[in-house]
Amino acid sequence: MPMRCTRRIAGLIALLPVLAAPPQVLANPFERQLDNGLRVIVKEDRRAPTAVHMVWYRAGSMDETSGTTGVAHLLEHMMFKGTPSTGAGEFSRLVAAAGGRDNAFTSKDYTAYFQQVPKQKLEQMMQLEADRMRHLTLDAGEFAQEIRVVMEERRLRTEDQPQSLLFEQMSAVALQAHPYRVPVIGWMNDLASMTAHDARDWYERWYVPNNAYVVIVGDVDHDAVFKLAERYYGPLVPRALPLRKPQEEPAQSGIRRLTVRAPADLPVVLMAYKVPVVRDVEADVDLYALEMLSAILDGHDAARFSRNLIREQRLATSAGTGYDSTARGPGLFYLTGSPSAGKTRAELEAGMRAEIERVASAGVTAEELVRAKAQLLAGQIYKLDSMFAQAMEIGQLESAGVPYRLNTRMLEKLQAVSAEQVRAVARKYFRDEQLTVAELDPQALPPSARASSTVSRH
Amino acid sequence: MKVVRLFCVLCLCLAGSAAEAVPTIAHWLAPSGARVFFVENHDLPIVDVQVDLAAGTAYDPPGQAGLASLTRALLEMGVQGMDETELSNRLADLGAQLSGGVDRDRASLSLRTLSASDKRIPAFGLLRAVLLSPQFPATVFAREQARSAAALKEALTRPETIASRALWAAMYPAHPYGRQATPESVNALQRADVVAFWRGNYTAQRATLTIVGDMSRTQAEVLAQELSAGLPPDAAAAALAQPQLPAASEQRIAHPAAQAHVQVGLPAIRRGDPDYFPLLVGNYSLGGGGFVSRLMKEVREKRGFAYSVQSYFLPLAQTGPFQIGLQTKKAQANDALQVARDVLAGFLAEGPSAAELQAAKQNLIGSFPLRLDSNRKILENVAIIGFYGLPLDYLERYAENVESVAVADIKAAFARHVRPESMATVVVGGE
Repeated sequence: MPMRCTRRIAGLIALLPVLAAPPQVLANPFERQLDNGLRVIVKEDRRAPTAVHMVWYRAGSMDETSGTTGVAHLLEHMMFKGTPSTGAGEFSRLVAAAGGRDNAFTSKDYTAYFQQVPKQKLEQMMQLEADRMRHLTLDAGEFAQEIRVVMEERRLRTEDQPQSLLFEQMSAVALQAHPYRVPVIGWMNDLASMTAHDARDWYERWYVPNNAYVVIVGDVDHDAVFKLAERYYGPLVPRALPLRKPQEEPAQSGIRRLTVRAPADLPVVLMAYKVPVVRDVEADVDLYALEMLSAILDGHDAARFSRNLIREQRLATSAGTGYDSTARGPGLFYLTGSPSAGKTRAELEAGMRAEIERVASAGVTAEELVRAKAQLLAGQIYKLDSMFAQAMEIGQLESAGVPYRLNTRMLEKLQAVSAEQVRAVARKYFRDEQLTVAELDPQALPPSARASSTVSRH
Repeated sequence: MKVVRLFCVLCLCLAGSAAEAVPTIAHWLAPSGARVFFVENHDLPIVDVQVDLAAGTAYDPPGQAGLASLTRALLEMGVQGMDETELSNRLADLGAQLSGGVDRDRASLSLRTLSASDKRIPAFGLLRAVLLSPQFPATVFAREQARSAAALKEALTRPETIASRALWAAMYPAHPYGRQATPESVNALQRADVVAFWRGNYTAQRATLTIVGDMSRTQAEVLAQELSAGLPPDAAAAALAQPQLPAASEQRIAHPAAQAHVQVGLPAIRRGDPDYFPLLVGNYSLGGGGFVSRLMKEVREKRGFAYSVQSYFLPLAQTGPFQIGLQTKKAQANDALQVARDVLAGFLAEGPSAAELQAAKQNLIGSFPLRLDSNRKILENVAIIGFYGLPLDYLERYAENVESVAVADIKAAFARHVRPESMATVVVGGE
């Protein structure tokens, strides 16, 4: 035992010359596919003696069916509840004992698990993740306990958050056929009637090596990591995946409006336009222009929404845009804000529409475009400061079906967007037939709220 | 016995590897009087600069709660020769990011820029202008005052905000830490108040500068002097008083939310207190260690009462709080509160088990490299060390300080700092 320790320290000292070497290696990141279909992507980053290990499954809430919404996320919770070789709660205990941090996240497109660890603990993390990829216990008693935790999570993050409720309702109205209409955490009634069998079913269907990929970023040697991957993930048996139906959203033919009432003070207007997302990195044009449009409207404190709607017209206390061009399902471009005191939701909606119309009619300036591109470029360099952010970037692109190596190409295409292309997308997509408008109608708290009674104890 | 000994060897080993990862902190006093902390690192073409001033909300004058926050927000909304739009455009043109904010002790400005001289030098110029020549234009003041009041009114409808504010008021009934902005206090502020607050608190003597990244020591020295030389002369603002321990209290506040928000806390520890390490290590087992803590096991894992439950110490310039927080559906709020109280009482009586202590040390020491594996994280850590005057070898000695904690130290430290007779309890939205 003491000898092993000594060797470990010696190993670190031996690495010091490597630390001084330039952080980027030409072939970096490295990739290998195991015989069972699992892909392993390794990005060497030698700045600190740590590593991040992520396992991504191509199974998110969009793969769920009616009546069992939320099962992707519930399974994420159950993944910490043990295998025959690692008891319930042991996974997190072992990660903690290794000096690591771990968690997981579920989205519409994927479910992902990660550990951040001192680099010498990477092997143990790979062993643990490989184990739970195929050998989850899914005990009924643990399920019964955990589904209650998930319902508390839904209360915390959705039921009691007016803006989350607004977003949830908006998605369910903007989309009618595509499963993006369903909240990732699931409808409360589906959670209440979920069974351990539903979780088991989900696990058997999607948790196979040929539906997963591993992303590792850190102070590691890629060849050594590939050997470890072969050893721990290699023996897992692949299985044919169920057919994924396209479930394409039918064309919308007119504006859709909805209102959500909830305890709040500020009204909110949330507008969502249907727009494309990446399908073919080379052939696509509009998504890059939409990304630049979003940056020009809301990329910094004096971008158009802030400068015009908040600062000059005083129409809004907050205003912004949202667009994510990499996703498996359909895209939405969001405009959102809260009106200032004395201004109405209708006035703010008109103000946000006017900003889009101004781009459609007068275009954007060369200066604005150059500025957005400079920010984008700097942001890519800043991202190198975080191993976690680099691993997330790789994982998210892959989850949308974009090979991570095309990231560079996407950045080039963003840099090549012209002012005319930005104007063209503002004209093409921001029409009422593509629009859903959701409004938060704030309800005053009952007078009893805030009226406190103080009682002394002891 | 043998197992225990092996564990110790392992910990020492981890401590050794942790020390390897510790950055070297250079420290000097700028001619202006500002304290400077510098970590040179050329791995990435990035520089981060953070300026922290003793100008947080605790320095709001009586009756003017909200002044520190509004002052900080207005700093970057118009400087000499440049309005807010031009300033923001120039930052964006350079790809530079200006951020920061206000907590109870500190007002912070943080600039991240590329290190190439054609980016770095103009970006520093903009940071300098924000620090030294804010103009606080009257129209901008009025607009931001209104926005700030609107945001507060909204926040005051949220159960988590109501709970947190009630708890701080109960923990610090007669201390600036317990004072909190209201829409009324914000609306009563005048532009002249902001100017006076800036002059009195944004001084070189109250400033620490932390610089991390791709610069030489000489360049950092020049930068530090440029940023701090023109700050207003020190007005010798009063230091914060030591808070008194309150009597125990319990508040129930109605709210229509589906969940009750339960918070418990008291003033517990200030930065630099020698009991910090026993409390840190002990709290890992109590409620700080994520999924392996006692609170998480009892409240979430065993009973499914809550999604998140935790406890933590927040050391401040003066005695900062110890807090426990959880959220649970209304009907089980009292049960969950009782479980949390029982866990705390058990921990105060017995301290952690030997196995828990070992697990805490393993994680805190083993995870140490993760606290410092990016420039951003190094900046955050060094800024805390600098602002609060912690020893410069704080990071180097972190592992041995954790390692030397014994169960008896934890029990004694918790007995000194977590006193049930001063505990405030707030339940918002319970039944």
